[in-house]
Amino acid sequence: MTGFDFPPPVMPPGVEALRAEVRAFLAQSQAEEGWRPDSDFGSDWSASFSRALGARGWIGMTWPAAYGGHERSALERYVVIEELLAAGAPVYAHWVADRQSGPLLLRFGSEAQRRAILPRIAAGGCYFAIGMSEPDSGSDLASVRTRAVRSGDGWRIDGTKVWTSNAHRSHYMIALCRTGPAGESRHEGLSQFLIDLEGDGVEVNPIVNLAGKHDFNECVFDGVTIPADRLIGREGDGWRQVTGELALERSGPERILSTFHLLAALVEAAGPAPEPRLAEAIGRLVAEFYALRAMSLAVAGRLEAGALPDVEAAIVKDMGTRFEAEVAETLRRAVPLEPVAGDRDGAGGNAPSLASALGASVLGLPSFTLRGGTNEILRSIIARGLGVR
Amino acid sequence: MSDETLRLIEQTADDLFAAESGAARAALAKGEWPEGAWQAFAATGLAQAALPEDAGGAGLAAGLAVLRAAGRHAAPLPVAETMMATLLCHAAGMEAPPGPLALSTTAAGEDGDGSTVRRVPWARFASAVAVVGPEGTLTLRTPADVVEGANLAGEPRDDMALSGPPAAAGTLPPDTDGTLLMALARAAQLRGAMEQALAMTVRYASEREQFGRPLARFQAIQHHLAEIAGEAAASGAAVDAAAEARTPFAFAAAKARASQAAGTIARLAHQVHGAIGYTAEHDLHHWTKRLWAWRDECGNEAHWWRVLGTDAGQGGGAALWPMLVAAGTAGTDAAAAAGEGARP
Repeated sequence: MTGFDFPPPVMPPGVEALRAEVRAFLAQSQAEEGWRPDSDFGSDWSASFSRALGARGWIGMTWPAAYGGHERSALERYVVIEELLAAGAPVYAHWVADRQSGPLLLRFGSEAQRRAILPRIAAGGCYFAIGMSEPDSGSDLASVRTRAVRSGDGWRIDGTKVWTSNAHRSHYMIALCRTGPAGESRHEGLSQFLIDLEGDGVEVNPIVNLAGKHDFNECVFDGVTIPADRLIGREGDGWRQVTGELALERSGPERILSTFHLLAALVEAAGPAPEPRLAEAIGRLVAEFYALRAMSLAVAGRLEAGALPDVEAAIVKDMGTRFEAEVAETLRRAVPLEPVAGDRDGAGGNAPSLASALGASVLGLPSFTLRGGTNEILRSIIARGLGVR
Repeated sequence: MSDETLRLIEQTADDLFAAESGAARAALAKGEWPEGAWQAFAATGLAQAALPEDAGGAGLAAGLAVLRAAGRHAAPLPVAETMMATLLCHAAGMEAPPGPLALSTTAAGEDGDGSTVRRVPWARFASAVAVVGPEGTLTLRTPADVVEGANLAGEPRDDMALSGPPAAAGTLPPDTDGTLLMALARAAQLRGAMEQALAMTVRYASEREQFGRPLARFQAIQHHLAEIAGEAAASGAAVDAAAEARTPFAFAAAKARASQAAGTIARLAHQVHGAIGYTAEHDLHHWTKRLWAWRDECGNEAHWWRVLGTDAGQGGGAALWPMLVAAGTAGTDAAAAAGEGARP
């Protein structure tokens, strides 16, 4: 058969009770902390929220207890994180560590690395940045030029990473570096290193995005020396490791839910008896979301079964990010209002105006189809999955 | 039912339709009923596949797997209609007549004005026509006063007068919606046709060379293939999820999503095939015409979008998320339509 199936996974018992528990926690947290609901996982950074989640056992959920994990299934984790996103909770601080850095260390890291770091991540107190892109290496990740060379007992790293979200407020980065010749495949001679952003002497320079937010950074490695035990996995195995990491980065529900709060706002604005054209527009979005969520759940089911569904994840992310944009566009057309940046319309507190929520999304949308791999790269992955090259 | 049984049923259906469909399409094009293909299908017992296991079937998912195979091979037979009419008869406690069955449902203008039913699939060749009426009535009629019509793919779509008393009449249980069931069945066929359109397009792009290399080496073409694969996958996922969740919302979403994808896939499949795919001689049109026809049958995407969009607003914005989760979760809503939930 040509094409891809997304069979519904068998959900573990008790998952709906877990869902109810998460909803109750979120309602209380929102009431007490007053965070503003925004379903984009990158919207809001709150160390206190992350620690509260960690205390609940909702970070590192699938990891072994020996490393601070909770030995739950990937599907239970899916239910928790989709509830967090749908509620618009401030999950950014621990997100990368929970999603990809921790699992990478669990799979490839040394015993000492796992013991030192995973319990801190699971507690909600240890955050990670992604050290992949460089000034001359964006979509073409295999072309990275940051070099690590053996120096004394350790490694010396020279080069620059860029678009490094949260490097200024994270504890660690996992950096992809060239440690040997690229070979014919261009995928040889790459290795991943654990970088201590607080102690290793990496120069972190802010890059402000077009929305005026400081998420991105430039990270300069000028003769940064690190001990030998910072190598993650095997020297030269970096490409295999980083593609697995990218599959995790691309496979989650955050690639379909970034604008869910706007879909809820659209439904609210339309009321119980929308006129037919508006009902049609809303119906189109909810039908699309329904299909995407089914696909996203199926990907989680494959992860739980131990597979690495990179092509299926690419399909969901390509379609999901376009859906996210369509939600904002539909809202903009259906509820005519001028989007505003920030809160300059004077709205505040727990209920920012629709105009400022829409404004945040309009300014955020260009990044949704770039972060974690552009949609063009994803489509090439899908084509390869069809046997085409 | 085990995954293994499900695969076996789909494989049986796939082999059967692969063997029979080409000649059957040629017969139908000449206005003849493809009796040989029908007999081969009837002999397998697959028309009963969607029935609950305790009624001799293998459940809704198995029925949808058969319909997927029928769509994949553009089988010109009333497979979906017979299967769903059989399922509805079972739900209403009626005996399903033998032979090919037609089924009239009420999604969008198909129910005519009360004295006729319109564009009934396969009515002229059916041993009986099952008519889903208002308020869950189900009647069986012998085809009479049929005015022949066809869909874009040349499949019979006939108007029929509802004159005289029906041969049998019954009532569907409240949780069994014949219109939604038939919409899901059509979505399953659409999904199969999409798979074949994708397979043909991938193969053609890999074999056809221009500018000294296969079309598939061009990134623009690769992206068309990726889009077809994504649209087909989304349709398939929506159908599979509906079979699992069995909520009215899920059934409607499956048909909406598949109908939406059908046009995109047909357009891109033709774009990649170029002029050869636009000929009567090339096989592609057997599938693209079905995509164009089936997307508008049993309610097109706009029809179901309006239904879903109105449903979605019932609880306001705050209720949207819990509603969507419940709609996608088995056992949260009194099993919309089908099989195992419906008692005879």
